[in-house]
Amino acid sequence: MLTQRFLFLTVLSGFILTGSQAAYADSSDGERLYTKHCSVCHGSKGSGGVGIPLDLESFLNSISDEYLIKTIEHGRVGRTMPAFKKLGDENIQALVKYIRSFTNTEAVTFDPTPIKGNIEHGKALFKSKCASCHGDHGQGGKGTGVTFSRPRDLSIIPPALNNAGFLASASDEMIKHTLMTGRKNTPMNSFLKQGLSESDINDVVAYIRHFETKQVPKLRDQKLDAIIMAESPYSLEETLESLKKAVIGKNFRIIRQQTVDDGLVDKNKQNKKQIILYFCNFQFLNESLALDPRIGLFLPCRVTIVQQGDSVKVMAINPLRLSKLFNNDELDDACKNMSNLYTEIIEEATL
Amino acid sequence: MNKKITATFLSIILAFIGMQSAVIADELIMTRSTEDFPETMLLLQNAIKKQGYIPSRVQRVDIGLTKSGYKTDKYRVVFFGKADEIKTISQKLPELIPYLPLKISIFAEAGQTILVTIDPMSFDQMYPDSSLTPVFKRWSEDIHAIFDSIQNLD
Repeated sequence: MLTQRFLFLTVLSGFILTGSQAAYADSSDGERLYTKHCSVCHGSKGSGGVGIPLDLESFLNSISDEYLIKTIEHGRVGRTMPAFKKLGDENIQALVKYIRSFTNTEAVTFDPTPIKGNIEHGKALFKSKCASCHGDHGQGGKGTGVTFSRPRDLSIIPPALNNAGFLASASDEMIKHTLMTGRKNTPMNSFLKQGLSESDINDVVAYIRHFETKQVPKLRDQKLDAIIMAESPYSLEETLESLKKAVIGKNFRIIRQQTVDDGLVDKNKQNKKQIILYFCNFQFLNESLALDPRIGLFLPCRVTIVQQGDSVKVMAINPLRLSKLFNNDELDDACKNMSNLYTEIIEEATL
Repeated sequence: MNKKITATFLSIILAFIGMQSAVIADELIMTRSTEDFPETMLLLQNAIKKQGYIPSRVQRVDIGLTKSGYKTDKYRVVFFGKADEIKTISQKLPELIPYLPLKISIFAEAGQTILVTIDPMSFDQMYPDSSLTPVFKRWSEDIHAIFDSIQNLD
């Protein structure tokens, strides 16, 4: 009897395992996978958008397939590009093949042997030649792509060379190749043409590689509460009035007051014990959208008052908790400010 | 003894199933529509209704920005939900109310349109003891279905 059960459960577990892969294995077609997973950021034909353009010949003819594969697997921590760990080897290969079809360029193969160089000299060269675009610490350019954060004629964002995903994907030889040849139709010029020697370039590569030792824990690694909440000592109506004063006191404009079920049930059936107050500061909104257009998911700013029995609670989402969903380091500070602001407003309303 | 071994094995399998469903969350669900903004907005609202939800409100973010003197592409937030579900869940888990109703951001990008929302399976990680996992999973599947229909992947 036990053997039969064991067999049944083993078969069941095998089914579960293969079932989770099958969803992808059935559709191992590069174009279809690209449309589903990549086109939203990189454009339907690879011309870029929130993400970088992939259809640049000078990009595709200077990178290995290994670089593309590892980039898809690791993503770019804190730089919007997620890690697609669930796709599986077969689907990733299909995606790479499809991306290659944008320009019909052959993949380059690079020697994986690490390059030795003088890190200190490389640092000095990096500061004078690279930092203006890639940042003092290789943190890359700002913004997420052409939408909102930059003009449409400038779709290239200088990549973050200190990023763990980049360093795990790019071999030293690949970085060296890019430094030596540059990339046509991008601001990245050949360093050989700028007067650097091959030895100098090796030093820059060694400096970029040393970023691997400088990785710091991210905010998104912390455990944070999903909401900011306080109990009010006042009635729902009194709390609402205090909340409005607190919101206006922080230079926000009240947009709307409604019940949570507004628009879902008839007016006379709405739950008047669950009130949402929406408010906005358009300068703040504009700046936030420039950081990442997806931040609209937080908008407009909102605090909810809920009465259950005699208890009145004031609640808001915790933007700091949500920030980790976006995989965008630049949002972290803005979300921290928003979290502090919500906390201050709620505290003021419930004093 | 046999029962004990079977129960232990079964609990391992169930824990494994639980792990599998938790891993499903992609945190953000995003898609691109090759249609322009007005057409995609229409497709979105129809897809929401087809999936059994009511679009409760459209927040016109771009209008507010433009009136305040800022340049912007079309940008809206569409709120949607099911009345009964919101009523039940807000009583069962009031801490989820700040995230309700569900919403999708929709914005124009050079003649095409991008749609973004939080994967409701993320709520399962935010509220791990809520026993609402099946609801979050269904919401997630429904949103995937809405986005797939807009992307014509049906």
